[in-house]
Amino acid sequence: MPKRSDLHKILIIGAGPIIIGQACEFDYSGTQACKALKEEGCKVVLLNSNPATIMTDPEMADRTYIEPVTPEAVAMIIEKERPDALLPTLGGQTGLNTAIKVARMGILEKYGVEMIGASVESIQKAEDRDLFRAAMARIGLRIPRSGIVTDLNAALAVADEIGYPLIVRPSYTLGGTGGGVAYNPEDLLEIAKAGLDASLINQVMLEESVIGWKEYELEVMRDHNDNVVIICSIENMDPMGVHTGDSITVAPAQTLSDREYQSMRDGAIAIMREIGVDTGGSNVQFAVNPKTGEMIVIEMNPRVSRSSALASKATGFPIAKIAAKLAVGYTLDEIPNDITGETLASFEPTLDYCVVKIPRWTFEKFPETKDYLTTSMKSVGETMAIGRTFKEAMQKGLRSLEIGRFGFGSDGKDLSLEADPSRPGESGLTLAEIEQKLSIPNSQRIFFLRYALLKGMSIESIYELSHIDPWFLHQLKQILDFEKQIAATPGALPAPILRQAKTLGFSDIQLAHLKGTTEDGIKKLRRNYNITPTYKLVDTCAAEFQAATPYYYSTYEIENEARLSDRKKVIILGGGPNRIGQGIEFDYCCVHASFALREEGVESIMVNSNPETVSTDYDTSDKLYFEPLTKEDVLHIVEMEKPLGVIVQFGGQTPLNLSVPLYQAGVPILGTQPESIDRAEDREHFQAMLNKLGLIQPANGTAQNVEEACTIAEKIGYPVIVRPSYVLGGRAMKIVYRRKELENFTRLAILASPEHPVLIDKFLEDALEVDVDAVSDGTVTIIAGIMEHIEAAGVHSGDSACVLPPYSIGKEMLATIAAATKAMAAELQVVGLMNVQYAIKGNRLFVLEVNPRASRTIPFVSKATGIPFAKLATKIMLGRSLRELGITREIIPAHISVKEAVLPFNRFPGVDTLLGPEMKSTGEVMGIDTAFGAAYAKAQLGAGQNLPLSGTVFISVQDADKKTALAVAALFHRMGFDIVATGGTHAFLESQGIPSSVINKVSLGRPHVVDAIKNGKIQFIINTGLGDAPRRDGYLIRRAAIQFNIPYTTTIAGAMAMGRGISALKEQRLTVKPLQEYHNS
Amino acid sequence: MTVMDALLALEDGRTYPCRSFTGPGETSGEVVFNTSMSGYQEVLTDPSYRGQLVTMTYPLMGNYGVNAEDIESDRIQVSAFLVREYQPFYSNFRAAASLAEYLTAQNIMGVEGLDTRALTRHIRTAGAMRAVISTQDLNPESLVARANRIPTMAGQDLATGVTTRTPYYWESGKPVAIPADTPLNSNIWRHRKTKHAVAAYDFGIKYNILRSLESAGCEIVVVPAATGPDVIRAMAPGGIFLSNGPGDPEPIRYAIETIRKLLGYRPLFGICLGIQLLGLALGGATYKLKFGHRGTNQPVKNLLTGRVEITSQNHGFAVDTKSLPGNDIEITHINLNDNTLEGFRHRRLPIFAVQYHPEASPGPHDAKYLFDDFTQLMDKY
Repeated sequence: MPKRSDLHKILIIGAGPIIIGQACEFDYSGTQACKALKEEGCKVVLLNSNPATIMTDPEMADRTYIEPVTPEAVAMIIEKERPDALLPTLGGQTGLNTAIKVARMGILEKYGVEMIGASVESIQKAEDRDLFRAAMARIGLRIPRSGIVTDLNAALAVADEIGYPLIVRPSYTLGGTGGGVAYNPEDLLEIAKAGLDASLINQVMLEESVIGWKEYELEVMRDHNDNVVIICSIENMDPMGVHTGDSITVAPAQTLSDREYQSMRDGAIAIMREIGVDTGGSNVQFAVNPKTGEMIVIEMNPRVSRSSALASKATGFPIAKIAAKLAVGYTLDEIPNDITGETLASFEPTLDYCVVKIPRWTFEKFPETKDYLTTSMKSVGETMAIGRTFKEAMQKGLRSLEIGRFGFGSDGKDLSLEADPSRPGESGLTLAEIEQKLSIPNSQRIFFLRYALLKGMSIESIYELSHIDPWFLHQLKQILDFEKQIAATPGALPAPILRQAKTLGFSDIQLAHLKGTTEDGIKKLRRNYNITPTYKLVDTCAAEFQAATPYYYSTYEIENEARLSDRKKVIILGGGPNRIGQGIEFDYCCVHASFALREEGVESIMVNSNPETVSTDYDTSDKLYFEPLTKEDVLHIVEMEKPLGVIVQFGGQTPLNLSVPLYQAGVPILGTQPESIDRAEDREHFQAMLNKLGLIQPANGTAQNVEEACTIAEKIGYPVIVRPSYVLGGRAMKIVYRRKELENFTRLAILASPEHPVLIDKFLEDALEVDVDAVSDGTVTIIAGIMEHIEAAGVHSGDSACVLPPYSIGKEMLATIAAATKAMAAELQVVGLMNVQYAIKGNRLFVLEVNPRASRTIPFVSKATGIPFAKLATKIMLGRSLRELGITREIIPAHISVKEAVLPFNRFPGVDTLLGPEMKSTGEVMGIDTAFGAAYAKAQLGAGQNLPLSGTVFISVQDADKKTALAVAALFHRMGFDIVATGGTHAFLESQGIPSSVINKVSLGRPHVVDAIKNGKIQFIINTGLGDAPRRDGYLIRRAAIQFNIPYTTTIAGAMAMGRGISALKEQRLTVKPLQEYHNS
Repeated sequence: MTVMDALLALEDGRTYPCRSFTGPGETSGEVVFNTSMSGYQEVLTDPSYRGQLVTMTYPLMGNYGVNAEDIESDRIQVSAFLVREYQPFYSNFRAAASLAEYLTAQNIMGVEGLDTRALTRHIRTAGAMRAVISTQDLNPESLVARANRIPTMAGQDLATGVTTRTPYYWESGKPVAIPADTPLNSNIWRHRKTKHAVAAYDFGIKYNILRSLESAGCEIVVVPAATGPDVIRAMAPGGIFLSNGPGDPEPIRYAIETIRKLLGYRPLFGICLGIQLLGLALGGATYKLKFGHRGTNQPVKNLLTGRVEITSQNHGFAVDTKSLPGNDIEITHINLNDNTLEGFRHRRLPIFAVQYHPEASPGPHDAKYLFDDFTQLMDKY
């Protein structure tokens, strides 16, 4: 069947902001789909609220709507664009849910829009557990015993039938939000309640626990002609009970015989047919009883997914691209396999390597939450590693994680098993501690497997506690056994042992640690022995056919397949796994760098280890090395490829940390030089520069001990911001208001990092914060964008909403900002991008931070202004000037763009939602409109906030905020909202003539404000408490807001902006407008 | 597990260092690669691999051990098994022994530590070739010289070496001996009324073909490769099956002659070597593929339905599509990777055959329907 001729215009719904369970894999799939459909001559209309995506680049679609991913927005777009079809399977669960709602609204019918890829019926059949269970029964497959309930009494009754432990799974949620394992009725009531709240249809399923069963996933594709192929099998090392997104997973499946694999394959194919996914990719999850081999079906996702992105990277088979082609009518045997160029997409990829995916967690950001892994996903990113053996891939994966580890231990970062005199305060791990860490899954379990083996625990007893298949445990033991052999070898390592160590994935750092030498020492030894990595191709076919695409991984064998060109080439270092503080924004910049290199006729070489990204798509760059971003791994590639230089300023902190080591190893760094980066980061150098330029920063000092810290704080005055000197993304920063607090925090900081001093800055209360991005060619600097933060200084810039252009800063101050930025760019000899954070207080401009590199806001600024700054910066690094590139002045758009952060608090029970100097957001959305109110409202809607148009506002603010809160209260009062307030706030409002009623704080007894929230009596919450006031009340209110999805704000500025947004919504219906129109007008 | 240095030498002079995980040994044959990621026990016991050193492109082998069920004949057939990393620790609920134990017990060499991808790439460009592997002679020159003295695969009748010596029943999933004095005539069938009587030629037949025929409702008598047409006519089966088998079809002249005499007698179904012998009997020609098709992901298009089947394959020779008499023969299946012939049927006579393995084992079950096609054809005649 050839392409359908009746589909001219297709609407794609994106996944919206990055959240836990839905990361940049949907930009990867969406981008592939846009490209594939355009290739077919279709007009693509795209909706996505996430500006940091490549898919929302104006060239990717014909009409790009950066609007909230809501059914209402989709309806407006359909009304305006009249597409022939809607493709809902590429935007994750958000895209799918939104499409279903649009269909239910009757919009598709009204405008004659066909849903392609998956029908409403098949989506419902796959998503609704009742329908799914019935469907599976029809094809003779079993799913865990279960019951569906919509209230707690029924839950208790059904649980009695199924028996404990059981799993609670809410219907229609992301990544199992609100789900969990209940071991007793008490657990059940708690988890089922959260689950009912999280479910869009107020329904949870209770199911038989298959905890400890082996878990598998198959990625399946089907076309119109009922051809079905399996793209990849994945085996989870962590058995059932841990969300697959939180599991270490391996491709292909390792411990299934062909007979078992084929019965799983048969099952997956039968499921595709029964559910009725007409075209496209799906993911099917199975559990297998390790003792009997009994296989049951866990779930099926009728769309591309995180796993399909992983499968695409693991096999080289572009699932999303093919899914898009199938959706417009092609069959698998009509689509070429790009990788081989000579074969077709209708085959099943075969691997001749082993792939290990390891999740990246950020529990350190949420200390109030326990580091437990359950059926509700917690990880914020992942890394993938490819090796010829599991052991090699596992060790490469662990050193790709960006957690300071360099393999499966023996890297100097292991916890000690015995009291170690060189590490005071550590008594050594006890067997009991280890056993507990094995039996309750957690982010550190992989390393505890090591400790367990070192303690002499048997594979059997480790299995009994962890239920991790003994095959994996043996692999880890083999690594450990060889490590012992290395350690036991006297003197320098002989060549055969060194070679063997490298084939097992040991890094030079591990070997140096084991041999008491340096990384460079091991490297020299290897050079003497001529032990260097070989690069192999990911080719979908295990070398049966020649591969056309250069997608490589390293290993240590006899044949190197890297095809080296003699073209001019540049290596771009990617960002590694997503984590809070470093996400899709940096991948966006890396991808742009690659595009720019191509435009300039320079060969682009990407190095990255994150399988979710566009940067690791096989056709983004001329060459892709899927490798860990460590000095050793990067140098190997540089030494072989001999590029003109390496770009380190786009991938965030990961490549930036490599810039000095690479530079010292003689690698040319393109753009701003490492000395300048260091100058901006080093306190003294930075201060000297500011002094020279006549700029100021908040008073500050450096303390080596608690006494010094107190002296400094007394001198500059409280409140102060305290932080250890080497931190990423605001890690471990704190605003302290009193001496006692300062003493405690400083003590902890010094204990955590004894060799580094503690930095103390004056905290500018109620200051306005401004983010500035600029681009410089070394001579001329142009301001890319000035963004005014909504939240006052003190909230991490990544968590703060911001507006471009600024809405309350005067012309004179803007000129001062621009001048200061240009002066610093010149002084730091910036070539490329630069970001500056300023605070404005009392008409004085303070420089908070300068980063001579791409910032998190570059994609937002580029979308707001229509100028691709990362591309420009890349060309500048190659020697072009801004003038040559046609950029002569700052572009200040006529429209208003608002960026809002999206926070993961619903994933982390118990965590306070107050914003502070430590970044907590996982993603961002953008709202664009002609006026601030509408743009802000769109950003809030995009971030998932419900904006109430009427009802009751709860206001409780600290004394310092009372004055500013007045205007907010007045606005809401004017708009017809009722106001309830806690005692103090009420009295104040009363005194100012704004009517309100009193409501109890939680601490004053019931009924109190949380009761009112639970009863649906409050529609918007304004609760400030940045200070050191007793926080318990505020905490309970904020958690209740999260739980019941009530919009809330913790700052007065945020409340005011919200008021203006609501006011805009009340005045007129929101409209939608594509990016192309904003920038062409 | 005794690990010993070993060397693989190819006829064209290439050598690959590796290690034996089955103790000392030396063997030779044609070196070929298989791209299936699972199913090594089925591969090892597939008689079509007789005379071959098989390397698996998937690097980890032995993961799930071996068991008593996943066998395709009564012994290991490969000459040697070449892998990247042998897994001494296996994990699977059905596993009864390790791969090394299995190989060692049958005196078959297993080697690991080989850059199997480099070897595969070399075979892909230079073609399947003769090789010697040894733990005793590690001298590259002498091993290469010896590789050149091995007879080539083309021109050898290997089927005669693997076929059963005596006829047997396949019943309840296993071979059941037919007493030596039982005459092969129409009284041989015991379930004629309820089942399709199939005489199955064994040129190196895989057990799963027999299992598949049995579950499609056939009673099966497996006969030696050299069984003449008169014996078959005496048996008066409902259908005749031509099995897979190792190597080159052309030297098996006697089988080609027999098949020619049976054309049109009863429904004929051939698989793998069976299609090649049938092709030759119909007047067509066969040729050696550069490196063959060995794996479980080969896409085959069924030209009658337009559907694509993912198939299991293991063959080094193929029927030349152009050589077949177009008036009589209709091409029913082609390989989507290289457009080689994968299946045909006779336009008038009840004859059909496929080059791939619908019985899978290892591999996908997409083409299982062919066994039902066979029984339906027998129903018709």
